Amino acid sequence: MSVQVNERAEPEPATSETPLIRVHGLRKFFPITRGILFQKRVGDVHAVDGVDLEVFKGETVGLVGETGCGKSTLARVIMRLYEATEGTVEFEGQDITHVKGKDLRELRREMQMIFQDPFASLNPRKTVGSIVGTPFRLHGTVPRNKVKGEVQQLMELVGLNPEHYNRYPHEFSGGQRQRIGVARSLALRPKLIVCDEPVSALDVSIQAQVLNLLEDLQEEFNLTYLFIAHDLSVVKHVSDRVAVMYLGKIVETAKGPTLYRTPKHPYTGALLSAVPIADPDLAAAKKRIILEGDVPSPIDPPSGCRFHPRCPNAQLPKCSDDEPQLERQSTGQLAACHFPLADRIIQTGNGDDSR
Amino acid sequence: MPEPLLEVKDLSVHFPTDDGLVKAVDGISFSVQPGETLGVVGESGSGKSVSFLTVMGLITRKQAQIEGEIIFQGQDLLMLPSDEMRTVQGAKLSMIFQDPMTSLHPYYKVGVQIGEAIRVHQKVSKQEAREQAIEMLRRVGIPRPDERADQYPHEFSGGMRQRAMIAMALSLNPDLLIADEPTTALDVTVQAQILDLIDRLREEFNAAVVIITHDLGVVAEHCDHIQVMYAGKIVEAGDRRDIYYNSHHPYTWGLLSSIPRMDETGDKERLVPIRGLPPSLIFPPPGCAFHPRCPHAFDKCSTDIPDLLPSDGHHASRCHLTLADKERIFKEEVLVRS
Repeated sequence: MSVQVNERAEPEPATSETPLIRVHGLRKFFPITRGILFQKRVGDVHAVDGVDLEVFKGETVGLVGETGCGKSTLARVIMRLYEATEGTVEFEGQDITHVKGKDLRELRREMQMIFQDPFASLNPRKTVGSIVGTPFRLHGTVPRNKVKGEVQQLMELVGLNPEHYNRYPHEFSGGQRQRIGVARSLALRPKLIVCDEPVSALDVSIQAQVLNLLEDLQEEFNLTYLFIAHDLSVVKHVSDRVAVMYLGKIVETAKGPTLYRTPKHPYTGALLSAVPIADPDLAAAKKRIILEGDVPSPIDPPSGCRFHPRCPNAQLPKCSDDEPQLERQSTGQLAACHFPLADRIIQTGNGDDSR
Repeated sequence: MPEPLLEVKDLSVHFPTDDGLVKAVDGISFSVQPGETLGVVGESGSGKSVSFLTVMGLITRKQAQIEGEIIFQGQDLLMLPSDEMRTVQGAKLSMIFQDPMTSLHPYYKVGVQIGEAIRVHQKVSKQEAREQAIEMLRRVGIPRPDERADQYPHEFSGGMRQRAMIAMALSLNPDLLIADEPTTALDVTVQAQILDLIDRLREEFNAAVVIITHDLGVVAEHCDHIQVMYAGKIVEAGDRRDIYYNSHHPYTWGLLSSIPRMDETGDKERLVPIRGLPPSLIFPPPGCAFHPRCPHAFDKCSTDIPDLLPSDGHHASRCHLTLADKERIFKEEVLVRS
């Protein structure tokens, strides 16, 4: 499996295999209205603004970016929780952008989601058994009298004690709650699981347990993950490919190690240089790109390259007039930048010599 | 050795609850030198926040059974009457919290809130306090501070709010700034900005800083000394290099092995999580509190509580393994990953 993943890690335009998910020219705008009786549309929040993305079967694609870059919105449009403004989403070659009713219900079985906050995403008044069993009841995939057995099997699978079937979410720790969320998402044996910041609320030692669990489940059920996080080191660890988003657009996609060794987009470089490294010598040797200010407003995004007002390498007027497209770089990845980075951000550590 | 700014001696903070006594902090001793940055690392519930809330006087004998001494600039804060403690709080000892949204009052303008902190301690007019507040906002890198001072917290982004909190905390030029998970709620790029700001201001104001965090990466870049806490006790303390390149405690090893590393070159290396869950603080395990989760535990670990023993200089650890074993295991099992 891993060999296959490597070969298609940087998908060429002419790949023969149908991707599990194919997103093309996707836009999602949220209208801003004024007035109470006669609501007038005064503008749009450009949450996702022209995204192309392919996710292949069995791979993990990571999506990183700062708060407000549109990564969660993108995932929710793919999951059909939001209606796309423009563009298409295909699932196994079929256009699902506007499916409704019975077809949408069928589709829901194939795609599930794990949420960030294990305290908010589980109903505090239902027992674990009821929470994990709900998908079975809704979709009727398992006869009613078998639901309990199935739920207990799922609980065991994710490392929970099946005897805790009748407990309530508050009786579990953060890591265990996240396991409940994972069990629920697995109930219908989906093909795709969207993980929206699944470990950012957890302590590091527990975070590692959940990450390992997700890896094991992927192998066992041949799952495909779309993994969203703001922590570049977590994303890089779990993902075969990483897509970096900035202000509604993907600015770079690459294999994890490539992204780390030779980031091409200055924004990726800045993200990389901001990640704290638990190694004082490596941290001291790291090249720092400090970004000034905050992400600009997605209501009226900057002209040309959206990153140019914060970019240390921006050359005006090219960067403010001409919007760069995703282009293949010499190192293999796709990046949307007129003046891509040449240097490494993080120097080779002692570790590389000993390998 | 110079007089330490803060010296905590055998501090215990126990909360009586219906289920029993929660031993949140259980006999910790440490000191902070003027101008240094101390990193305090541990999981949720390890007692890292509780110990510094007690230092700040925000947990008092009304809520908890507190034992030990907290010597700050020569006086024991636990012995101070509350009105005298109030002259220390905010002025000499100052704290910033994890969530900048909930720690600023949503109804008041940011400038007014910072000014209020100044007016509590100094006899200045509202106008002067406002001017000082604007000056502080400027020093923490907020653009157009005179306009920003008249805005409400919801008009600030997360990073800006944390800057405003830092401005408030530093407005009275404190000698010790305690930052409790100052960047956990922020994006990495903003986190880097805030940590750099704290570093720069520490030099500018010549204050000592304590950074409380669960992220070993944050402390690697910004702290001189580090102490690792587990179940209310300090399990390892030392200089930065001791902790990262020559750690002597299995819990620290576990923390180091469970973080995904940016520099792993292989496709997917497996993380080594710490097995199990943090222990109950009401009924901590007998012996070493970490032994049920420790892969190197032996008989003695479940019966005897190890002492925090120094190995050299500042470096000390609370573990029954022999020094030779510790060094060997660290080299063979932890260092190979990095």
